Amino acid sequence: MNAPIPNSFRNQPDAQGHFGQFGGRYVAETLMPLILDLEAEYRKAKADPAFQAEFDDLLEHYVGRPSPLYFAPRLTEELGGAQVWFKRDELNHTGAHKINNCIGQILLAIRMGKTRIIAETGAGQHGVATATVCARFGLPCVIFMGATDVARQAPNVFRMKLLGAEVVPVTAGAATLKDAMNEALRDWVANVHNTFYIIGTAAGPHPYPELVRDFQSVIGKEARAQMLSRVGRLPDLLVAAIGGGSNSIGLFHPFLDDPSVKMLGVEAAGHGLDQLHAASLAGGRPGVLHGNKTYLLQDEDGQILEGHSISAGLDYPGIGPEHAWLKENGRVEYTSVTDTEALDGFQLLCRTEGIIPALEPAHAIAAVKKIAPTMDKDAIILANLCGRGDKDIFSVAEHLGVEL
Amino acid sequence: MSRLSAAFAKGHPALVCFVTAGDPTPAATPAILDALVEGGADVIELGMPFTDPMADGPAIQRANLRSLAAGTKTADILQMATDFRARHPDVPLVLMGYANPMITRGPEWFAAAAAKAGVDGVICVDIPPEEDGELGPNLRAHGISPIRLATPPTDAARLPAVLEGSSGFLYYVSVAGITGKQSAALASIEEAVTRIKQTAQIPVAVGFGVRTPEQAGPIARVADGVVVGSALIDIIAEHGENAAGPVRELVTALANAVHNARKVEA
Repeated sequence: MNAPIPNSFRNQPDAQGHFGQFGGRYVAETLMPLILDLEAEYRKAKADPAFQAEFDDLLEHYVGRPSPLYFAPRLTEELGGAQVWFKRDELNHTGAHKINNCIGQILLAIRMGKTRIIAETGAGQHGVATATVCARFGLPCVIFMGATDVARQAPNVFRMKLLGAEVVPVTAGAATLKDAMNEALRDWVANVHNTFYIIGTAAGPHPYPELVRDFQSVIGKEARAQMLSRVGRLPDLLVAAIGGGSNSIGLFHPFLDDPSVKMLGVEAAGHGLDQLHAASLAGGRPGVLHGNKTYLLQDEDGQILEGHSISAGLDYPGIGPEHAWLKENGRVEYTSVTDTEALDGFQLLCRTEGIIPALEPAHAIAAVKKIAPTMDKDAIILANLCGRGDKDIFSVAEHLGVEL
Repeated sequence: MSRLSAAFAKGHPALVCFVTAGDPTPAATPAILDALVEGGADVIELGMPFTDPMADGPAIQRANLRSLAAGTKTADILQMATDFRARHPDVPLVLMGYANPMITRGPEWFAAAAAKAGVDGVICVDIPPEEDGELGPNLRAHGISPIRLATPPTDAARLPAVLEGSSGFLYYVSVAGITGKQSAALASIEEAVTRIKQTAQIPVAVGFGVRTPEQAGPIARVADGVVVGSALIDIIAEHGENAAGPVRELVTALANAVHNARKVEA
């Protein structure tokens, strides 16, 4: 915790898109004019009440917000410590928090006069959310997806196609999320004149980390107001899973200047931190990839390593730059849980609350399982249930040795 | 006069040739570099392989992966440069690659190591002027030219920022896209180079999509240099360890077209 404590944790990034030493605009020259335009247009949109009104209207009537704040009585009882509450973003249209950001970005794309949408996807949730908003607004949509992920996420590939998207399997590298992102950037650079790239997480070149965070902050803003109205005080601890970090920054950001609220980000420790994993903060170091400086899994020469997690949504060797900054200044604590612990968390929530979570928030649940028993019974934990588990039942069955 | 400046002051347009270090193996690269020089290349661009070459098309992507699969390390690349400098004291050598391998031990480490290896210039694809607070100054402090890219979307308002602090030459990327894919129309290249040269005090070399002597010659009539990469990479992909001969053949034809481009016209 060497960095000085700022007056506010909520006024990042700076004018150049830096969160401390992290973030920035590390892109090829071809993209620079475009991302400078995007930033200018985002500033205008942010100040435009009509833009905000349209965003809010779609979130309410199309996505189904606000999502409920839910007290989990049987899980709380079983863990025997702090009260456990969930922000129910798995109840959104398309089944995850990803849609919040896609609504915001497609409205920006339309403002900028772009007529073609591209996106990358790993597990397929962001691809489905992007294909959804493209169908809603009648724009052509191309989704880049690693060929490995295309094979293991067949239901989501079919969903995207039903929604009218073209799904392009990417065979480069390990053919997973990072390679899909490379390919999306290559497409973008070749089609800058008409194409808008909807990035799915709070990473990439400035202003993406900022605008994705802003669109996802609806999670934390709602949760803060709901908590105050339901129990009259703020929670003691926020918990959220982190791949790139969009659901967690969306929950955390509105609480960053509430000193009584502690925060815990949960990375994917895969097979364990000494083996294959996707915990960039725990096992990586700062570097530059996909347009931003942040913590990356890399070797001594700066070559990027493959991430591994049971959850395809957490399987990325980097993390959003604001998380890198929040780690360095100590405002947010970060931990990790293994595939096995996440599977336990997954089953725990199914059994105690009748909610099948996605494998991403199952990591948050696993962390809650460890920490809740160590806290007082009047303490409040608020965890983000950022996605539902329908998409994951096949891989969970496989890991549990069940043949479907 | 620096080696780079001399390469653009020979009285004819310069041929700039790109290959990926360690493709197909680190052991094969020295002979390929020699073939570039023997064929008549005026500037050598040695690509530093990266796991995630986001600005490159399939040919150079595969070259990067072949090199890394063969075990190429940063130390090997610096050794290739050192040995090249000993064999070819006067031929300028430029390292081209992505930010992370260049800055991973600190920009000052990289600049010092590259200078020690006799490197003349560095092109970093994903550090635009806005983020060049560390790498560029360290390179300049070690006498290495930071070489920047300009592209079709780089307009007159932005060009001075791109040129600021850069030297050696300006690399004009003639198509908005990735390496090796499509070619720009000659008229648009001529228009862009003419526009850029009103501001740029350094030579302008044009690349991306230039594959044949027939394409390179006309570009050399309007630019100070022509960059060829993917076409050479394709030959290396086809011939592997035995690529030096066929590489020399193509470079000879390219050099003939580029060096004599303006004579043909006159």
